[in-house]
Amino acid sequence: MKLTRKEFLKVSGACLLGVSGKKLLAALDNATKKEAASGEVRWPKHWGMVVDIRKCREDQGCAKCIEACNAAHNVPAFDDAAHEVKWIWKEPLAAVFPEQQTGYEQNALKDVPVPVLCNHCDNPPCVRVCPTDATWKRPEDGIVMMDWHRCIGCRYCMAACPYGSRSFNWVDPRTHLTHLNPDYPTRTKGVVEKCTFCPERLAKGQPPACVEACPDQAMVFGDLSDPRCEARRLLASRFAVGRRTELGTGPNVYYLV
Amino acid sequence: MRKKSKSMPDKVWIISGLLLFLGLTTYPVWHNLSAHTTSKGPDLVLPVSAKECVAPLSYMRTSHTKLLLSWRDEVVRQGRRTYAAADGKVYNMSLSGTCLRCHNKQKFCDRCHSYAGLSTVDCWNCHVDPALAEGSKR
Repeated sequence: MKLTRKEFLKVSGACLLGVSGKKLLAALDNATKKEAASGEVRWPKHWGMVVDIRKCREDQGCAKCIEACNAAHNVPAFDDAAHEVKWIWKEPLAAVFPEQQTGYEQNALKDVPVPVLCNHCDNPPCVRVCPTDATWKRPEDGIVMMDWHRCIGCRYCMAACPYGSRSFNWVDPRTHLTHLNPDYPTRTKGVVEKCTFCPERLAKGQPPACVEACPDQAMVFGDLSDPRCEARRLLASRFAVGRRTELGTGPNVYYLV
Repeated sequence: MRKKSKSMPDKVWIISGLLLFLGLTTYPVWHNLSAHTTSKGPDLVLPVSAKECVAPLSYMRTSHTKLLLSWRDEVVRQGRRTYAAADGKVYNMSLSGTCLRCHNKQKFCDRCHSYAGLSTVDCWNCHVDPALAEGSKR
């Protein structure tokens, strides 16, 4: 039997289609079987925080959240503002929500201190610019993580973050730590750091250190993909604002006003 | 043509050359003797609280760096924090929390590393030696 070139191409094409079709079917079958075996629909976790500004007592000098975070993560204290390292800190309301200001200086709330931290954005600009993948968004729970082993200290992320949530270690942080927590590493000179929503605590089923330390439960942490969680209930019942949402970053720290 | 002398006229050069050669080739011996170094291995203080490590001794001797690097990647990048050893024991993957719970950094890690001439181990720029933490006060 003699095949023409046209017939040969037709036959081999049909064979290829057959083989790939079979593989595709098997893969689909496997996927559905796996889903059935796990037995439950797994909600993608989406960590977020709700801060009740009315409950927060920072205007009365309370800094328990900041102290707890600094102690837990070996965050150094610098007198020189140029060297400052901040994970969670206070900012006046007018600086936290500049776009919400009326411009009238008598605004009673403009100087009220508000706790600010990394917003663990849905669309984090810091992640987009990091050249080494030292910061990335965890697909499992939405935390914007830091890998200090990989950070080369280029500070692109600091330029990209519209919230100023990142700090650079200009000097060795160990020289400015009075107490060392051996369970958490310090950072070293030349790397950038920020709040990580305490994944080391979340792994043990504990809330972030700041949330736990707040005497008035002004900070509520939860899985925003779960409509039954307290953070979601608060967001559903009260008026909440996020910082600089017009930038499209999708912050996951909400403020109840 | 020069007349050959029976009494080796270049004796001074030959002997001093030989002495120089001997001195140079045996220099490591003199150097070590004067620096009081011995061929004995590092004086390691082994843990007393535990009898076995997270992996067999032979593996730990040659490949502890690999293990630590994989722990690092698992914890930081993958978010997995526990390590199941071959004997079924489960450990928390933590340099300060697990390794240094048994080992003494100065008398184990540092002594062997300095004996082997490994000058740059950057783990400790960030990871905290619990002994150091005890010394720090609030």
